[in-house]
Amino acid sequence: MRRRSRFKIPTKYILLALTVFCIAAMYISFSLNLTGGPLNTVAGAIFGPMQRGINVMGTWISDKADNFKQLNEVMAENEELKSQVEELTQELNETKLEQYELENLRELLELDKQYSDYDKTAANVIGKDAGNWFQTFIIDKGSKDGIEIDMNVIADGGLVGIVYDVGPHYAKVRSIIDDTSQVYGMVLSTSDNCVISGNLSTMSNDQVITFSNLNDSSHKVQIGDQVVTSNVSSKYLEGILVGYISTISDDSNNLTRSGTLTPAVDFEHLQQVLVILEKKETGEEE
Amino acid sequence: MRRKILVTIIIIVCFLLQSTVFQTLSFASISPNLLIIVIASFGFMRGSKEGMVIGFFCGLLVDIFFAEYLGFYTLLHMYIGWANGFFKKHFFPDDIALPMVLISCSDLIYNLAIYFFRFLFRSRFSFGYYLIHIMIPEIVYTLLISIVVYFVILKINQRLEHIEKRSASKFV
Repeated sequence: MRRRSRFKIPTKYILLALTVFCIAAMYISFSLNLTGGPLNTVAGAIFGPMQRGINVMGTWISDKADNFKQLNEVMAENEELKSQVEELTQELNETKLEQYELENLRELLELDKQYSDYDKTAANVIGKDAGNWFQTFIIDKGSKDGIEIDMNVIADGGLVGIVYDVGPHYAKVRSIIDDTSQVYGMVLSTSDNCVISGNLSTMSNDQVITFSNLNDSSHKVQIGDQVVTSNVSSKYLEGILVGYISTISDDSNNLTRSGTLTPAVDFEHLQQVLVILEKKETGEEE
Repeated sequence: MRRKILVTIIIIVCFLLQSTVFQTLSFASISPNLLIIVIASFGFMRGSKEGMVIGFFCGLLVDIFFAEYLGFYTLLHMYIGWANGFFKKHFFPDDIALPMVLISCSDLIYNLAIYFFRFLFRSRFSFGYYLIHIMIPEIVYTLLISIVVYFVILKINQRLEHIEKRSASKFV
């Protein structure tokens, strides 16, 4: 190999050039609202399959680790549970009645029916944000599978998030628990609107996210009420379950209320999601 | 050439592990930052220039896959690699204290920068909370992992330097 180290550009000039390059890239992608472009395509093609493979392995390892940890617990629990069986058998009858009631109520709300009207496609989660600050993840379906930016993502019958960038065979999803996420929600029992925002600190403390600006001066909204996406939201389709109210309190202006809600989706163990292949019609020209 | 290929492989492996396996194996939803370990180690082992280039490519990967706009993480990772290069003259392979201190400082600065630019600007003011619940756990976890990762990188680097020295002396 030939040595060409006779003439070297000093490191500080390279650093300066790369800094300018980065700032330019930031400005361009921020103002033109694009990320990567061809870079996305190349990187996605190289890393997508590898991430998928490793992720299967990682899930397997963590399953095995869980199994091992659980073995001891299960032994102890087994004894305890045997004594509880009797007690629970009695309760079962009662619960069956309640279940029946619950199903009836759900039918009334027709939540399931609303979702099934939309065209959906299933996708696997293949990678999560490399840091601990943001709750974004990558799925293994992209523009070639008909996914576009601003499509809603659901799992377990609840809202997961929204697609904010898309490559040919992968898409990036920002979940509703991400600190930068904001969703217009509606309390189902009273049809009052509120703003649901993801929150890193409440999420890692109590597994809840916050809501605010709820117009409920008559105090009709109660803990446990369902919150769905609102019809006034510009990006989220109407009537997707977001979560259940866990705490609520008056704001200092006495007009609006705010509090926390428990998301309907288990974000810790998210593996498969459904992308709704329909975007909200807002009447705006793109 | 051999070095470039090996470093590329190290970066790819660390990025893939970080975005998949370590996210699943996270304790209390905190996962370690492998890329910072790689960037900082190559920074103080090989100098500013190499740290800078490796930081640039690691940051670009994070940007492409997880950022909303390109450039922020690239810039951050690049400067961390560059700054670590200044400690090259204080670095000795037998000394474990300096690498550990540098890796944890790099991780701290990385997290502080993210907090400052992406959280403080959206008026999330409870710095103490984020320090205790996000930054410090991440640094501790990263340090634990870095004991293993750092030695792997150190051995690879020593082996590479050995080969390079041998092939260079052949020409004399």
